[in-house]
Amino acid sequence: MTATLALRKSDRRRDGAVGDRLFRLLAGGCALLVALALLGTALTMAWGGREAFAAFGWKFLVSTEWDAVNHHFGALVPIVGTLVTAFIAMLLAVPVSFGIALFLVEVAPAWLRAPVAAAIELLAGIPSIIYGMWGLFVFAPFMAAKVDPWVDAHLGGLPVVGALFSGPPLGLGMLTAGIVLAIMVIPFVTSVMREVFLTVPSRLKESAYALGATTWEVAWQVVLPYTRQAVVGGVFLGLGRALGETMAVTFVLGNAHELTASLLMPGNSIAATIANEFTEADSELYRSSLIALGLLLFAVTFVVLVAARLMLRRLERKRGGA
Amino acid sequence: MNTSTLTVSERLYRRRRFRNALALVFSGVATVFGLFWLAWILWTTLVNGFGALDLHLFTRMTPPPGEAGGLANALFGSFAMSALAIAIGAPVGVLAGTWLAEYARRSRLGEAVRFLNDILLSAPSIVLGLFVYAILVKPAGHFSAFAGALALALIALPIVVRTCDEMLQLVPNAMREAALSLGLPQWKVTVRVLWRSARPGIVTGILLALARISGETAPLLFTALNNQYWTANPNAPMASVPVAIFQFAMSPYDDWHALAWAGALVITAFVLLLGVAARWYLHRSQMAHD
Repeated sequence: MTATLALRKSDRRRDGAVGDRLFRLLAGGCALLVALALLGTALTMAWGGREAFAAFGWKFLVSTEWDAVNHHFGALVPIVGTLVTAFIAMLLAVPVSFGIALFLVEVAPAWLRAPVAAAIELLAGIPSIIYGMWGLFVFAPFMAAKVDPWVDAHLGGLPVVGALFSGPPLGLGMLTAGIVLAIMVIPFVTSVMREVFLTVPSRLKESAYALGATTWEVAWQVVLPYTRQAVVGGVFLGLGRALGETMAVTFVLGNAHELTASLLMPGNSIAATIANEFTEADSELYRSSLIALGLLLFAVTFVVLVAARLMLRRLERKRGGA
Repeated sequence: MNTSTLTVSERLYRRRRFRNALALVFSGVATVFGLFWLAWILWTTLVNGFGALDLHLFTRMTPPPGEAGGLANALFGSFAMSALAIAIGAPVGVLAGTWLAEYARRSRLGEAVRFLNDILLSAPSIVLGLFVYAILVKPAGHFSAFAGALALALIALPIVVRTCDEMLQLVPNAMREAALSLGLPQWKVTVRVLWRSARPGIVTGILLALARISGETAPLLFTALNNQYWTANPNAPMASVPVAIFQFAMSPYDDWHALAWAGALVITAFVLLLGVAARWYLHRSQMAHD
C-alpha cells in the first residue's frame, strides 16, 4: 500500500518534471520561431534577390532604368522616392508630434489629457489603406487645386531650391505622399514621445518649476535632455514606419519610374513598386529585382529600427536603475 | 545704473515669458493641427462610407465593373483569414511571451529574442508578405488564403509576444512562490495561476493584434491575392476587404469607388471599436483587481 503510494507520488513528481521540460521546450520553441521569422525574412529576401544582384551587380543600386520589356532594372528611383517621402514626412511629423506630446504632458488641463491621448492612440491604429484612400480622393485634388499652384508660383522661382518646387499641379507626387505619411506617423511618434516624457521624475520638473522656470524652459532644459535618446528612438521608430509604409504611399505617389528634382512630380517608392508590380511580374528576373528591392527596404528599416530600439532601451535601463 | 539693470532683468523676464507663451501656443496649435487631419480623414470616411452603405454590401459578391454588388466574399475572407491568423499567432505568441517572462527574463538569449521581437513588431509588412510568398506561395505554385493568414499571423505574433511578456512580468513573485510551495509543477503554475492572473492584459494584446491585422493590405497582395467569387477553400486565393478596397479605389469606376468607401467605413469602424473594447476590457479588469 505504502509502496504503491510512494510509487504514485514519484510518478506524479516525474510527470511534473516531464511536463515542465515539455512546456519549457514548447515555449522556447515558440520564442525561437519569432527569431526565425526575422532571420528567415532576411535570408529569403537575399536568396530571392540573388538573380537581380547577379545580373546587375552594383549598378542595380544606382541605375534609374526600370524597363520590364527589355529586362533592365535599377533601384535608384524607388530608393530616392522612399528616402524623400520619408524625409518630408519626418520633417513635418517630428515638430508637430513634439508639440502634441508637450501639450499632453505639460500644458493641457488634467481633464483633457487622458481623452486626447486615448484619441491619438486609437487613431494610430487606423489602417494605412484609409489614409491612402483619403489621400487619393480628397487630399490629392486639394493639393492640385490649392497647394501645388501656390508652391509652384511662390517657391518655384527660388534660386537653388526652386527646382524642388516647380512643376505642374498634378496633386499626386512626392510632396503629397510625404504629407500623407506625416499625418500617418504623427499619432505614432506622439504616443511614443508622450510615454517617454511621462518617465521624467516629477521631482526634477518640480525643482525646475520651484526655481521659477517657465513651462517651456522645463520642457526644453529638463524634460528633453533627460529623455533625449528615447525621443530620438521614437523618431526613428516613426522613420522606420514611414520608410516601410506601403498603402498610404501607393495611392498618392503616382507610380512613375522617373527621377525628377521636383517634389510635385509623381515618383515611386520601394514598397509601392513592390505592391504595384509584384503580381504582374512576368519573368524571374523581374520578380527577383522586386525581391531585391524588398531586401534593400528590409536592410534599411532594420538598421533604423535597431538604432531606435537601442536608444529606447537605454531610457528603460535608466528608469530601472533609478 | 540701478534702473538700467532692472530693465535688463525685466527684459529678460519678458523675453522668457514671451518665449514660453510662444511655445505653449505652438503646442496647442500642433495638437489642433494633428487632430484636424485625423478628424478630416475620419469625417471623409464616414460621409462617403455611409453614402454607399446598404444591406447588399453584406449579401452580394464583389461585382465586375458597372454592376451592382457588395463585399460579402471580401468580408468573409477578411474574417476567415484574420481568425486563422489569430489561431496561429495567439498561441505561439503567448507561449513565446511566457518563455521570455518566465524562463529567460534576465538571460542573454531572452534579451536577444525580445530585441528581435521588437524589430519584427515594426518591420515593414510588405516584406513579411514577400517572405511568406517565398516560403509558401512559390513552392505551392499558387496563391492561397492560408498563405495570407500566415502573413497576417507574422504581424500579429510580435504584438502578442510583447504584451504577454510584459503582463507576466507584472505578476507579483509572491504568486509564483505561493503556487510553487503547494508542490505544483512549474508549468501548471504558469498555466493555472500566472496566465489567469495576466489574462486581461493578454486578451487585450490579442484584440489589439486583431485590430492591427484586420486592416492590413500589403502582406495580402501576393499571398492571398484576391478573388471575385465566394470561396471558403483555404487553399485557394481569397478576397479580403483591404485588398478589395485597394483594387476598387484604384479603378476608374464610380460604383467601385462607392464600394471601396463602404469597405473603408466598415474596416475603420471595426478597428476603432475593437481598440475601444480592448482598452475598456483592460481598464475594467484592472478596476476589479484594485
